[in-house]
Amino acid sequence: MIARTTIFAALASLAGMTAAIASAGSAKEAEHHHWHFAGPFGTFDKDALQRGYQVYETVCASCHGVEQLSFRNLGQKGGPFYLNTCPAGFADNVDCSNPNENPIVKALAAQYRYQVLDGPDDSGDMVERTPLASDRIPGPYPNEVIARLANNNALPPDLSLITKARHHGPDYVYSLLIGYADAPATVEITPGQYYNPYFHGDMTQALKPEFLDAEGHVVDGVVVPVGGVLAMAPPLVDGIVDYADEATPETVEQYAADVVEFLTWASEPKMEARKSMGVMSLIYLVILCIILYWSYRRVWAGLKK
Amino acid sequence: MSHPSTYNPNSGLEKWLDARLPILRLAHDSFVDFPTPKNLNYWWTFGGILTVCLVIQIITGIVLAMHYTPHTSMAFDSVEHIMRDVNYGWLMRYVHANGGSMFFLAVYIHMFRGLYYGSYKEPREVLWMLGVVIFILMMATAFMGYVLPWGQMSYWAATVITNLFSAIPLIGDDIRTLFWGGFSVDNPTLNRFFSLHYLLPFAIFGVVMLHIWALHVPGNNNPTGVEVKDVKKDTVPFHPYYTVKDGFGIAVFLVLFAAFVFFNPDGLGHPDNYIKANPLSTPASIVPEWYFMPFYAILRAITFDLGPISSKLGGVIAMFSSLLILFVLPWLDRSKVRSMRYRPAARLWFVIFVVACIALGVLGGLPAEGRNVLYAQIATAYYFGFFLIILPLLGIMETPKPLPRSIADAVLNKHKPEAASGGAQPAPAE
Ligand code: HEC
Ligand code: HEM
Repeated sequence: MIARTTIFAALASLAGMTAAIASAGSAKEAEHHHWHFAGPFGTFDKDALQRGYQVYETVCASCHGVEQLSFRNLGQKGGPFYLNTCPAGFADNVDCSNPNENPIVKALAAQYRYQVLDGPDDSGDMVERTPLASDRIPGPYPNEVIARLANNNALPPDLSLITKARHHGPDYVYSLLIGYADAPATVEITPGQYYNPYFHGDMTQALKPEFLDAEGHVVDGVVVPVGGVLAMAPPLVDGIVDYADEATPETVEQYAADVVEFLTWASEPKMEARKSMGVMSLIYLVILCIILYWSYRRVWAGLKK
Repeated sequence: MSHPSTYNPNSGLEKWLDARLPILRLAHDSFVDFPTPKNLNYWWTFGGILTVCLVIQIITGIVLAMHYTPHTSMAFDSVEHIMRDVNYGWLMRYVHANGGSMFFLAVYIHMFRGLYYGSYKEPREVLWMLGVVIFILMMATAFMGYVLPWGQMSYWAATVITNLFSAIPLIGDDIRTLFWGGFSVDNPTLNRFFSLHYLLPFAIFGVVMLHIWALHVPGNNNPTGVEVKDVKKDTVPFHPYYTVKDGFGIAVFLVLFAAFVFFNPDGLGHPDNYIKANPLSTPASIVPEWYFMPFYAILRAITFDLGPISSKLGGVIAMFSSLLILFVLPWLDRSKVRSMRYRPAARLWFVIFVVACIALGVLGGLPAEGRNVLYAQIATAYYFGFFLIILPLLGIMETPKPLPRSIADAVLNKHKPEAASGGAQPAPAE
């Protein structure tokens, strides 16, 4: 994304078309946060992943699912609760590096706030039961209609790919979560809607009638605020989640950063494997290039007149 | 170029096979002993690079197809299943998705190379036209492949593009219904696109064979555009001279490829395609993959009706003409001189042509409003003007620089300060 935008920006300014680009999108540009997973060598911060899962489970899971994830993913290599070896006191034949046997994951599944629907059982009925490590993480709503009924007719999107599904996803979701602000005086927000300068929307529609002329155009001199309104109330407040580690602050910023770390992992659990294979591949290819270039010079040297 | 066979079957088995199916002879004469001009520069490595791209797409595609489900309710999740649960599935998918882009990057360079050095001219017209066929098949393949993950951009790109066909008078609606297999983009559309996306690469493979056959009759063009006069002095055997040089070019290309796959795998894609297709919600802007953008810009540049031709039909005609015009290029450019090294005037117009194509690419990704429309119209006019007016006129009016007597001459002259040839190119292999 970065590469493409910069190339385009360069080409566009060459052609003198920067004005056209600036006019697209009226939301505030996302804050740039420093992520542990950024860059070619970036990895996930395991503690942040665990805290992020906790924030997701306690707060976001009331409204959002993560349908691409199973509990077992939490205990796979690179996941928040991966165990290399079992904690003391386990029988020798238990392999805790196997996500389905990982005791933390089994407990998280068993204590999860929602049940999974299974069946039909022997009498032909569908039954709710406690989740197993191999189950998908159940979401809050059985279907879209109920989800909308519960959320002022808005649909809370599934979060398992959210950081890939937005431009500069991690920065964007982080900014959205910490960025709620009081609506500017020029706009009127309908109940059940919340103003957020980072959300893409069109605030012209929310302008108070006195700032619009008879045809609905904005009166001269009135600035339309950036951002938009969405149906999600600010989900985070200081202290809402109790972290086991006393040293970690229980603030909106910290929660937001942690949950974004978790959601970025959820979007691409294989990111660490990808980057480490990438480093090896590039080393290999560069050496191959050197050898081939050298062979090429050698082979062609014999041709000099 | 066609040349007497130099194949010598060594073992008894090779002799036995050679008398029945001389396939090793064919391979030897085509890829080992094939006489190749000794002055080919790095722009000539893109043929080999393209072959590698095609093979990579076919191999990764076959593995993906083992795990992919072509159904509207499952396609998106099956791609995520590939990303998360299939061993190295993420690698297959990222290589395949970025492979499409790399393939087009290479083909565009390959085509501009052909334009610059006049490789489409007699006796290579058929070779060039087969190349255009490959390019069009590639575009169809990539378009249908992009629909398969069934994200928002997949669905809406399919909707926009299939709807274009309805602009064709009389039969347009029927063509569109045929694409859809129904009355909108839906499951039957996804099924036939999957079937065709699997089929077309093998059609491409077949046309590539013809393309190489058509190359091996007249032999390679070269940066001077002067035909081989003396096989001994002007050429070297393909192996080892060009196997090693192409190998180096391919390896460098793979570095770029790997950098995308491993460190920015979604950089060339659109975030909306990580949202499941939803026919009820139109994305804020529908943009094609970068490699379609020049053609998308031409499509949208026609904003006016021309007599009975609506602006929509006009756009479709302009877009398809921009491809079809390449077929007649060998007969539009009448200059006897192939290489633009010796055509200073043509070279200037060519540079502007490249700029116009890049500008069209940028404009295709921007909203078609305000000044952008005008810029796209100017660039579109230049695109067609270059082929229909500038090249034909230049053939009559320009005065080319003197040509070297032979390839060997050009190579030797390079080392003298008062070299006769245009020195714009980096020194080729020496
Ligand atoms: C009370 C229910 C509720 C809770 C709790 C909640 N959300 Fe939301 N969320 C919503 C709704 C409803 C929407 C859709 C808003 C709209 O489109 O107007 C939404 C939308 C979003 C979006 C998409 C914004 C966009 O660009 O379209 C993100 C990202 C998001 N929520 C993240 C979170 C995170 C992270 C948490 C936990 C910290 C969370 N939400 C908690 C209800 C909730
Ligand atoms: C000319 C060669 C090819 C090109 C240019 C091409 C291009 C593409 C593109 C652009 C996509 C979308 C990728 C994405 O965004 O996820 C895709 C997907 C796909 N292709 Fe191909 N492809 C080629 C050959 C093949 C072949 C030979 C097969 C099968 C044998 C194949 C099977 C698939 C499958 C199953 C998908 C869907 C999975 C996915 O989206 O990653 N492709 N292709």
